[in-house]
Amino acid sequence: MMCDECREREAVVHLTQIVNEQVNTIHLCEKCAAERGVESPALLTKTPLGTFLAAMGKPGSSEGATVVAGTCPACGFTLADFREAGRLGCSECYVTFGGQLRDLIRRLHGSTLHVGERYLGTGTPAPVAVPTPASDGAELRDRLRQAVEDENFELAAELRDRLRALE
Amino acid sequence: MIDLTLIPDGGVGWLDASGPSSHLVLSTRVRLARNLAGHPYSTRNSDVQREQVLGLVEQAAGETTTLRRPVRFRLDRLDRTDRQLLHERHLVSKELAGLEGESGVRSAATLLLQDTIGAMVNEEDHLRLQGFRSGFDLGAAYEAVDRLDTELGQRLPFAFHPDFGYLTACPTNVGTGLRASVLIHLPGLVLTKEISKVLQGLAQVGLTYRGLYGEGSEVVGNFFQLSNQTTLGKSEQELLDHLAKMVRQVMAYEEQARDVLARDATTVIQDKVWRAFGLLRYARSLSFDEAMNLLSGVRLGVGMEIIPGVGMYTLNKLLIYAQPAHLAQLEGVPAADPELPVRRANYVRRVLEAEVGRRGRAPGKGEGDE
Repeated sequence: MMCDECREREAVVHLTQIVNEQVNTIHLCEKCAAERGVESPALLTKTPLGTFLAAMGKPGSSEGATVVAGTCPACGFTLADFREAGRLGCSECYVTFGGQLRDLIRRLHGSTLHVGERYLGTGTPAPVAVPTPASDGAELRDRLRQAVEDENFELAAELRDRLRALE
Repeated sequence: MIDLTLIPDGGVGWLDASGPSSHLVLSTRVRLARNLAGHPYSTRNSDVQREQVLGLVEQAAGETTTLRRPVRFRLDRLDRTDRQLLHERHLVSKELAGLEGESGVRSAATLLLQDTIGAMVNEEDHLRLQGFRSGFDLGAAYEAVDRLDTELGQRLPFAFHPDFGYLTACPTNVGTGLRASVLIHLPGLVLTKEISKVLQGLAQVGLTYRGLYGEGSEVVGNFFQLSNQTTLGKSEQELLDHLAKMVRQVMAYEEQARDVLARDATTVIQDKVWRAFGLLRYARSLSFDEAMNLLSGVRLGVGMEIIPGVGMYTLNKLLIYAQPAHLAQLEGVPAADPELPVRRANYVRRVLEAEVGRRGRAPGKGEGDE
């Protein structure tokens, strides 16, 4: 099957979109898909974590590389430790190394946005009637606004897609 | 030696072959990875901090309805054979049992177990909650572990990030922290050489497979653990539904493959499963791998109704007790006993003799010309 965009290369990414309740699938080659910012989770998840960990060390391989300082203030973990162990030091590491990890998480999962059950904190009653905020339009719009303000465009794009799917 | 009779069903209730599709699927499990905010992850934690984590978890568990009276195993206080025993029973991971590499067992590594629910404490994540079910039953396995997660979450400060969800020591588990897996027997697809196509197909749709013992283990006896590869970007229900749909598809392929074998290779397949049965009934020495492969053949023969009079439960039991630590405990010898293959063959012969010997042998489909 040829790519719908360039009609030159073999299509490897098959993107199904739902717009106005119309389901349509577009077929893209790797290059055109990348240009559109579409990544195939199937292709990505085949590569083991190790490859990404190795790649993370290279300068310029990650957008967050210049922003992030080397050491987690909570546990003293460094990115070098992570590369070696393949495990993070503590939950604060996700904040400290947010930039690099977002990149890695997107490669691993094809997404950087959790849409499952949300933790409600201790002392909360059973979450019977609580809507899942991530699937709630108003909540998503709030987070989208925040993401744009923070210039976190990658997250913004994902939130936008979620909103579209919802609407 | 630990007393496994303390565990309800000896911890093997999940293989009683009572669940849905149990001729193909041995068991279903769903695990949720959780960590306590404000504590370094287990690999970075000090001995004192790990004890603290365990204390907090046990206190919270005591206030739940689902894990209030657990059977408790401190893995760090058990000898290697006992730890291996719990691992062979699929109750703890290789990591928690300290059977991986040189590092040994981590301090305060603990298993809490009640009915079909378990919590591994001080695994690479502070908490690995698990729900087990016999046969193919993702819904029930998740429901049980979800209830425990909710109850514990009301009492323990779980590490959670607005975008990334539940935070885990390894980014491959972040988000839902959910790994659902189905232990399935696929000899038909292996014999018809369709298996690699099926496994490749699964990789394409975000699923992965492992061997009998989960992560990093080899495939033995044609048993595959199928599970979700990604944990973030989809809801728990989406992940479970997707896996369930694909497992049903794989089961249909396996049934098709068996139909093809029955139709186009009748004699070959009958010969193969009866040979497996014959070896198990009369061999005087069996390695673990050989026993697994022969059991796989017999299981196929029973599933295809070629071999009569052998129950799936008996085969599941053989699968468990033919393992080194189980056999050693059963026979009262060390796990490193050089006579283990002989003991294994004796044990398998005894069990099969009891199963088919007394019942007499009803002629099966495959015995037409005998």
